[in-house]
Amino acid sequence: MKVIVNVSLKAGVLDSQGKAVHHALHSLHFESVSDVRVGKQIVLTINETDEDKVTAEVRQMCEDLLANTVIEEYEIELIK
Amino acid sequence: MKVTILQFPGTNCEYDTQHAFERLGAKTEILWHKSESVPSDTDLLVVAGGFSYGDYLRSGAIAKFSPVMKAVKIFAKNGGKVLGICNGFQVLTEAGLLPGALMRNEHLHFISKHHHLKVINNDNIFLKKLDKNDLLKIPIAHHDGNYYIDAEGLQELHANNQILLTYTDENGQIKNPNGSVESIAGVCNKEKNVFGLMPHPERAMEGILGSDDGIKMLQGFLFA
Repeated sequence: MKVIVNVSLKAGVLDSQGKAVHHALHSLHFESVSDVRVGKQIVLTINETDEDKVTAEVRQMCEDLLANTVIEEYEIELIK
Repeated sequence: MKVTILQFPGTNCEYDTQHAFERLGAKTEILWHKSESVPSDTDLLVVAGGFSYGDYLRSGAIAKFSPVMKAVKIFAKNGGKVLGICNGFQVLTEAGLLPGALMRNEHLHFISKHHHLKVINNDNIFLKKLDKNDLLKIPIAHHDGNYYIDAEGLQELHANNQILLTYTDENGQIKNPNGSVESIAGVCNKEKNVFGLMPHPERAMEGILGSDDGIKMLQGFLFA
């Protein structure tokens, strides 16, 4: 099973990269953009088919390593 | 006095740190991260600067799972003194030994220059040789030095005198190079035996190199 983990800075934590990209998009005249957040995507391939098991395991991976929950939040998406 | 200096793949300040402490008369040992114990005669354990594991994922995120880190946690829990410099500070926050986190610098640049720091609290072994509001000129060299802590955590830092140093100009006015909350450059834990800072005191040991203000800082550990 493939699992996509999206890690992003928590709301309220200043996203400097997002701000820089936002600024660059405006310089390119994409004036409709009102906010940009930059995160990272981690794609895992897991040898397990039980969705609950996978979700629980990946959540643990996020808490232990993939995200720093002091500043980041994460979303887990299972790809069937 | 024995100083043990941790070395991960990608650490690059271990020899500067060794040189600095040996100049002050300490015995030193560089400890490879695969070690599962901290030498029993260690008086101070330093997590040196550099780019452990290439800063992959996040600075310090992979190093915190190195075999030696279990022993470091036990050492710290038993009151052992730990100092994290630059990447070492990042490793200690990732490992949960210090509060907060270090994020990408606000303006996204790698910053490498001398910067002034102000002593905020000196009721700890590290800065006891200095007075509150003393100014120091110490090199900084980092990409991820933007210290973040939430409002509740910040209140706790204030309440327990855990803020060690802030970034200032040469007159002691706040000058924030990287976006850190309240311009914080270094903190300690509540028990005041684990210390972390982004600036490099081990690079400020000789006037001919621009500053010897690091001596007064590192000496704190040597003369208890």
